[in-house]
Amino acid sequence: MESILNPWPWYVSGPLIALIMALLLYFGKTFGMSSNLRTMCSAFGADKFADFFRFDWKAQKWNLTVVLGAIIGGYIAVNFLSNGTPTNLNTTTISELQNLGFKNAGTTLVPKEMYGLDALTSVEGLLILIIGGLLVGFGTRYAGGCTSGHAITGLSSLQKPSLIAVIGFFIGGLVMTNFILPIIFNP
Amino acid sequence: MKFLKFLIVGIIFGIILVKSEAVSWYRIYEMFRFQSFHMYGIIGTAIASGVLFLQLAKKGFIKNIHGQKIAVPKKDRGFIRYIIGGTIFGLGWALIGACPGPMYILLGTGVFSMLIVIAAALIGTFLYGILKNKLPH
Repeated sequence: MESILNPWPWYVSGPLIALIMALLLYFGKTFGMSSNLRTMCSAFGADKFADFFRFDWKAQKWNLTVVLGAIIGGYIAVNFLSNGTPTNLNTTTISELQNLGFKNAGTTLVPKEMYGLDALTSVEGLLILIIGGLLVGFGTRYAGGCTSGHAITGLSSLQKPSLIAVIGFFIGGLVMTNFILPIIFNP
Repeated sequence: MKFLKFLIVGIIFGIILVKSEAVSWYRIYEMFRFQSFHMYGIIGTAIASGVLFLQLAKKGFIKNIHGQKIAVPKKDRGFIRYIIGGTIFGLGWALIGACPGPMYILLGTGVFSMLIVIAAALIGTFLYGILKNKLPH
């Protein structure tokens, strides 16, 4: 039980993520979480504005069900399958983040400094979440997939477009973390 | 009932991503600072296991539930959309620390401010749909 309650090592987690992809392929579907954003847009009536949203979104209900499951899974994991062990971050990471104003790095899944009430009630804090969400929503659809569709499924099936997309993910990620975050959170 | 299996897959997915700490904003930061092997280990072993599974499927050892061959849809050819779209996504991923799976999972863990991110991601997808024909692909 202790090994379930503790954080799982990478060599257990990685193959289990591949199992999710394998299960969905076995059920005749594919593993791609960002598609749900397009499905939800269509369900909310975006088909009146662009051809891109004119498709049979009801055929994607299975994937919305995966989303619902993921929400429930998150709830179960923190409430019943965790013992509050902090994330075992590199000490350099912790002190770097402290210098950027992030206290208690690793004791929660996301920083209070970005997701807490104080952040939500400030213009700057709200803008960070909104801009981040816009970039994720726009970028995944432009690239035709996200971490699950390109990095896991696309690379596992040895597809070149996915390799290009993943290189893009890393260019963007490296630029944000190494150059832009230090400007945004400049103490 | 036909949706039950997808609900269960989703629940397992959510549990795995929390327990692996792949939904941790801090782990994403650490990854892009090259200060830990953790995330690279997860992604690397996921892809290695995935390659193995798909090779076995390709050779016909594993069939899907309908008894058909398992095949992953081919992505369209191209370069610009993948490199630019990928970079835009990467910027957002590293900023908010969540990609389109973890957004929902984190909501389930009690991070309700994620609803703002999800709403913004929907608007981002909507903007792409509107601008699609004007963008280079």
